[in-house]
Amino acid sequence: MAQRDGMVEKHGVGRWLTHLGLIIGILIICFPIWFAFVASTVTQEDIIRPPMPLWPGPHLIENYSRALFSGVNTPVLNMLFNSTVMALGITLGKIVISILSAFAIVYFRFPGRMLCFWLIFLTLMLPVEVRIVPTYEIAARLDLLNSYPGLILPLIASATATFLFRQLFLTIPDEIAEAARIDGAGPMRFFWDHLLPMSRTNIAALFVILFIFSWNQYLWPLLITTEPEMNTIVMGIKQMFPSGDDWADWPVIMATAILAMLPPVCVVLFMQRLFVKGLVESEK
Amino acid sequence: MQKRVVFNNRTLPYLLVAPQLLVTLVFFFWPAAQAIRQSLYLPDPFGLSEQFVGLENFRFLLEDPYYRASFGTTAIFSTLVTLTSMSVALFLAVLADRVIKGSGAYRTLLIWPYAVAPAIAGVLWLFMFNPSIGVGAYYLKMLGYQWNHVLNGTEAMGLVVVASAWKQISYNFLFFLAGLQAIPKSVIEAAAIDGAAFWKRFWTIVFPLLSPTTFFLLVINVVYAFFETFAVIHTITAGGPRQDTTILVYKVFADGFVGQDLGSSAAQSVILLFLVGILTVIQFRYIERKVHY
Repeated sequence: MAQRDGMVEKHGVGRWLTHLGLIIGILIICFPIWFAFVASTVTQEDIIRPPMPLWPGPHLIENYSRALFSGVNTPVLNMLFNSTVMALGITLGKIVISILSAFAIVYFRFPGRMLCFWLIFLTLMLPVEVRIVPTYEIAARLDLLNSYPGLILPLIASATATFLFRQLFLTIPDEIAEAARIDGAGPMRFFWDHLLPMSRTNIAALFVILFIFSWNQYLWPLLITTEPEMNTIVMGIKQMFPSGDDWADWPVIMATAILAMLPPVCVVLFMQRLFVKGLVESEK
Repeated sequence: MQKRVVFNNRTLPYLLVAPQLLVTLVFFFWPAAQAIRQSLYLPDPFGLSEQFVGLENFRFLLEDPYYRASFGTTAIFSTLVTLTSMSVALFLAVLADRVIKGSGAYRTLLIWPYAVAPAIAGVLWLFMFNPSIGVGAYYLKMLGYQWNHVLNGTEAMGLVVVASAWKQISYNFLFFLAGLQAIPKSVIEAAAIDGAAFWKRFWTIVFPLLSPTTFFLLVINVVYAFFETFAVIHTITAGGPRQDTTILVYKVFADGFVGQDLGSSAAQSVILLFLVGILTVIQFRYIERKVHY
């Protein structure tokens, strides 16, 4: 790495300007989050009499426990639980149904195989934002409003994940399947003993990306959960704003914002390698 | 597309694709078909009966000045979001690419906002630019500028653009940095020997070599601005003031759920379906090319 820059500007003012530019960029990007954090540690009075302090105050525990245990419409702890169920449900659901269908499409020949492939492919063109009203009507007809299956099921079909697994399976040498077959292993034995272990890293990378995607869902939970007890944290935060001219409870709302971004941000920070791998692969 | 070695089983493959297919049919194709059907009907105000009206909903929509305005709003919004987030990200990526020691730390600090939900990004920026208590609004006032995005459409647009672009910088940065690091250093060193200055080298050599990444990100960012920014707009402006930040996706929601105008909302869904279709085709044609690059 150090070697490759041998010839190109190694020293001088340029180098310091580079660092300065990056640091300014990072500060600007982190600014909004710093403000949210500060707001979650001060009192409402500190906030509604601007300028707001720029350094954290002493009310962190008070604000966060008020958010977690009482909240505005429903305790944030409850919304965090709903978000966790939804995010894990969508993530695992997508992975399971995608890996199974990719397995079928790659390792079997059956009438209608190409039709299945194209039906799954076409879902790429049908994001939930485009078909919100009819999807809502169908969910209502199936009695899925205000339920976990209602939050999860409509979002678990995944063309991207299916393609990813298909791509991966196509790179696995035929000899492995051949050997398994000679050993008398059936297709499901082969799937469990060979395919699944070989897909481990890809599954992990996909898990990271899908978890962030699912946790951050907004529109669908907004439609399908009308009871505050079923709200997820990302959509529930909007419901915490009063509808009239009342003051919003800013310290609690900002504490909620911090809590809402904590799980996905931790996933990115602690699983950075998998995150980058997943991000690059899921866009191919 | 096909393995040489395949398993023979009559029922198993169908069982394996069944869950995916079932979800796809129930929650994707059935609603899409419903949208197409509803776009051709006009329900009465009580929802008791409906009347076939052919393409009347579409004709009405395309003549509706609000809908046309929404097209314009979407075009302005997505152009601004794409340009802002891509240019900031490219600038930061070029800088990070020059750093020899500690570029990993910079990368970590720049990529984590990717994980922040658009809705949360909206809430954060709403807080900073709240006309009465926001820090941003406060300092603007000190500089003699009265900020009020609740009343001023241009300011509202500016705010939703910044909030949407802010969230997307990390993603673009990551791909630009990867693209830059894939460029052979010998090419750049050759130019350096010729005495080309850094920014000259950048525009004449690096930027053209980066064009596959740029084009890919362009498509991704347009798709993002079209669809995923719904939450930013819903949290910050709810499409207002008047309809100044009502992008197409927001209008489908507003007309369908708030206005209960189902025929019009369904017709809008169908128009959006076409747009997504076009974007997907562009994306795939490009990706086909990238594979054979």
